[in-house]
Order: sequence, then C-alpha cells, then structure tokens
Amino acid sequence: MTSTSTALADAKDRGRQARKHRSLPYLPYLLPSVVLFACVIALPFCMNVFTSFNDWSGVGPMKWAGLANYRRLMHDSEFWASIWHSAALVAAMAVLPTIIGLVLAAALFDVIAKRFGPRVASILRACIYLPQVLPIVVAAIVWGWILDPQYGALNALLRAAGLGFLAHDFLGDPKTALLTVMAILVWFQLGYPVVIFMAALQRVDPALAEAAEIDGASWRQRLWRVTVPQIRPEIYVVLLTCTVASLRAFAWIYALTSGGPGTATQVPSYYSYISFFTNLDVGYGSAIATVLTLIIIVVAAVFLGAQRRHQAMAD
Amino acid sequence: MRGRGRGLSAYVTLLALVAISLLILIPFAFVLINAVKPAAQYSAHGPLSLPDGFDTSGIRTFWNTTDFGRALWNSAVISGSVCVLAVLLSILNAYALGIGRIRGRTWLLGAFLIANFLPQEGLVYPLYYLAKRVGLYDTRLSVVIIFTVIQAAFGTYLLSSVLGTFPRELLEAARMDGAGRFRILWRIVVPISRPTLGVLLVFFFIWTWNEFFLPLVFLVSNSNQTVPVALGTLQGQHIMNPLTTSGAVLLAIVPTVVFFLIFQRTLTRGITVGAVK
Repeated sequence: MTSTSTALADAKDRGRQARKHRSLPYLPYLLPSVVLFACVIALPFCMNVFTSFNDWSGVGPMKWAGLANYRRLMHDSEFWASIWHSAALVAAMAVLPTIIGLVLAAALFDVIAKRFGPRVASILRACIYLPQVLPIVVAAIVWGWILDPQYGALNALLRAAGLGFLAHDFLGDPKTALLTVMAILVWFQLGYPVVIFMAALQRVDPALAEAAEIDGASWRQRLWRVTVPQIRPEIYVVLLTCTVASLRAFAWIYALTSGGPGTATQVPSYYSYISFFTNLDVGYGSAIATVLTLIIIVVAAVFLGAQRRHQAMAD
Repeated sequence: MRGRGRGLSAYVTLLALVAISLLILIPFAFVLINAVKPAAQYSAHGPLSLPDGFDTSGIRTFWNTTDFGRALWNSAVISGSVCVLAVLLSILNAYALGIGRIRGRTWLLGAFLIANFLPQEGLVYPLYYLAKRVGLYDTRLSVVIIFTVIQAAFGTYLLSSVLGTFPRELLEAARMDGAGRFRILWRIVVPISRPTLGVLLVFFFIWTWNEFFLPLVFLVSNSNQTVPVALGTLQGQHIMNPLTTSGAVLLAIVPTVVFFLIFQRTLTRGITVGAVK
C-alpha cells in the first residue's frame, strides 16, 4: 500500500518535472501579452485604485485624501440613486430579456419551426435580433428622435391613433425617463438570448420533453422543468454577459439622457465619466469607477461560482 | 411533426410572434421613411407620412458636416487592425496556455478572464493620462492598442479551451518529423483552428466597430473619429434636425446590417461557440 502510493507520488513528481521542462519553451509566446497587459490593464487598474485615495483635478500634484472620496460616496445621494438605476437597468437588460427570450425561443423552436417550417422561425428570429447589430449610440439616437416631444414619431403616432392624451415627453419627465430607458433596453437586448437559447435547444435531446409530454406535462411545465435545466449553461452565460453590459450602460445614457433630467437616469458609469472629464474631480471619479469595478467582479465571481457548482452537481 | 396539424394555438403563437417582430422593426421603418423625405413634407405632415419624393439632402448634409467618409475609413482601419492583431495575440497566448500547458496556466487564464470583465470606466482615466504622456492621445493607434488587448483577453480565454482539446497525435507526429514549435503553430495548429479563428475575427471586428466609450475619450479631433463617435458627438451638440438625424442613422446602420448579412452564418455559429465556453 505504502509502496504503491510512494511510487504513484514519484511518477506524479516525475510527470510534473517533465511537464515543467516541456512547457518552458512556450514562455516566449506569452511575452508580448505580458508586456501589453501590464501597460494597458494592470498598470491603469492600479493607478485608478491609487487615484481614488487622492484629491486630484488631473493636473498638478495629487493630494493624499485617504478614504475621504469613499466617505463622500456613502453620503452622496446622486451616487446611491445611480446604483438603484443600475439595478433597474439590470432588470431591463438581463432579467427581462432572459425570461422573455426563453419563452420566445421555446415558442419559435417548438411551435413555429415544427408547424410552419424552420424558414419562418429563422426569419422571425432575424427580425428580433436586428437591433443587436446596431452600434448602441445609433440605436440611442434613433430612440431619442422617435421620443422627441416636438417632432418625434411616437407622439405623432399616439395623436394619429386618437390617444393624444398619452402623448408625453417620455425622456424629459423624471417620472417616466428611467422606465422609458428600460423599455428601450428590452427592445435592444431581446434578440441576444433568443438566438443563444434557440441554438441551445438544438443541442438538447428532445426525448425528455417528449416523455414529459406523454406524461401529460403542460407546455409551461415542460419549459420550466425540462428545458430550462437542460440549457442552464447558456442561461448563465446570457445572464452574466447581459448583467455586466447593463452595469456599464454608458453609451445609452450618454446619447439618450445624459443622466437626466436632473439625476433621474444617472448611472455609475456615466457619473464617473462626468467626474473625470467635466467636473475635473478625478479622485472622486476614480472612487466611483473602483466601486463599479468591484461590483462587476463580484457579480462575475458569483455567476461563475454558481455555474461551477451546478456543473459539479450535474456531473 | 409538421404533419401533426397546426391548430388554433399554433396560429395564435405565430400571430403573437409576428406582432412582436413588427413592433421591434418599427423604429427601422421610421428611419427608412424619413431618411429620404423632403424637408417641406416633414414640417407639414410630420414623421408618419410616407415620403412623396426621394430627397437625399438630409443624408448629404450629414455626410458633409461630419466628413462621414472619413469616419467610415477610421472605423474600418481601427476595427480591421484590432481584429487581426487581437487574433494573433490570442493565438500566441492560447498556444502557450492550451497546448504548452504552462505552469500556473489556471491563474493566467483567470487573469485573462478578469481582464475581460474589468469595466473600461476603471481604466479610462489612467489610460488617458498615460496616452497623453507618451504622445498617443488623439491617435487611432492608441485605440488600436487598447482594444487589441481587451479583445485578446476574451480571445485567449476562448481559444485556450478550444486548443486544450487539440489532437495530441497530430502534434507528436509533427514533432517526429522534426518540426519546431513555431512551425507546428503556423503549419498545423492555425490551419486546423481556422473556423474558430474566423469567428473571433468577425466578433472582434464588429465589437470594435460598435465601441463608443474609449473612442469617445481618445479620439477628439474630427479627422480621427469613428462612426459611433461622430454620431454621438453630433447628438451631444444638439444641432441635428430630424431629417439629418434619420439620414445619419441610415448611413450608420448600413455598414452594420451589411456585416450582419455577410457574416450571419459565421455569427450564428459563433454565438453558439461563445455560449458554451
């Protein structure tokens, strides 16, 4: 028993030694990346964290401020508002598109493709996906123009339909601005989960769902109990990428509302940009950016951890 | 399955999906009908009327005020360079990590993954400061370098897991024949991984084309701006009227829809590749 285990350990050790020798010549291939990542990612990241502990306008010497910027953040109502708005955007850009996308993908895959042919399904899928190919700024400009209170198409449409009382400055009213941005984000993001989930459904073995159907499970039960668990890896990927994207919704806010009216649609991403380049309050902007970075890393870690746990359970 | 009859519920589902698709397409329709509408008609009948003439003055005004040809060229140069360089960098990294199995590769992969998730907001000011220091501020090269690294972080992560399953026998056979490491990479690994590399090229090109935040900060002079930045700054100046807006948007949509049509098959395949990473 002992001899076998020492022999095993020996072999393992030798294997490790051999691998060490064999992998050494591959190091030069990493060299360009090590240099580039150090300059473009690691150094700026550290500089940003360092700056967040200073008072600095971007020119002249920095003044050490300790945790002052972070203390200021804690009592800054605009910052807290921006965090809540971000949560709303996560709902609009990650949660809602995932749920609606799941239902649409299942409907396209189970009903449309099977009863009306795959051609019809793929045309509908392309229509739903189309907003995704637009640069965000372009999509935001389209919506800014459609929603313009004076010459925009939406209010004209409402008036033409005799619903003039609903006409409204949707982006200009603090009460409706955030909801309007959320609706636009759903429009934009929906195609992504639909395309990924339809691809996922092709990978899944139909036998399980058919067995469940024979057992009398309803369509909804089959979707939630059979299909969802099978395409869980794709659901994780969609939720993670959409959540990270929505936490960074800079281009949307820049081109649609500039965070306004007032601070009604302020988000941390835009707030840090304004602190850097408009308010010249670089230390404070760095603190906001550092908090945003932390939030995103924690979210990513939680998702990847949950994904790994589920995978381990499935194996 | 198709022979099982369509039934009422199937038609209701179809109707609902068609309605949703049309709802999603409405903004595109608005852009199309207003981009070529004569200005007098817009002021008289608003955005809903179908154009009774074909007037490209909105498009032309926008093209000339922004030097849109220049913006297209800048976007093409930046995105084209980034996609090629980032794929090259990803290959080198993935070769060392996926095939070379360098010690500590789990940590290195983790570092690339984190780099991939880091928000640009947390890097932008130091990058801006450093670029000014080394004289790269307001150059297309600065944006090319930054996005090459950012895209390569994703590319390395994806490609390393793909190359991790590369058939070992092929590598052994090549080694027997006396091929060196570099030769094996270019003559065997790259040709065999071509489909994945193609997907990455397309992804990197489109992602870089659509980027806004860093190009907005780095490309301040008109002659360096990309398409999204040119549109975004114009929007910020509030000097556009509805006709130039829809003309501008139409011009900006055309290239992306063309990419979409050209790369559609690669993309659908690619999105799946990305999803199971």
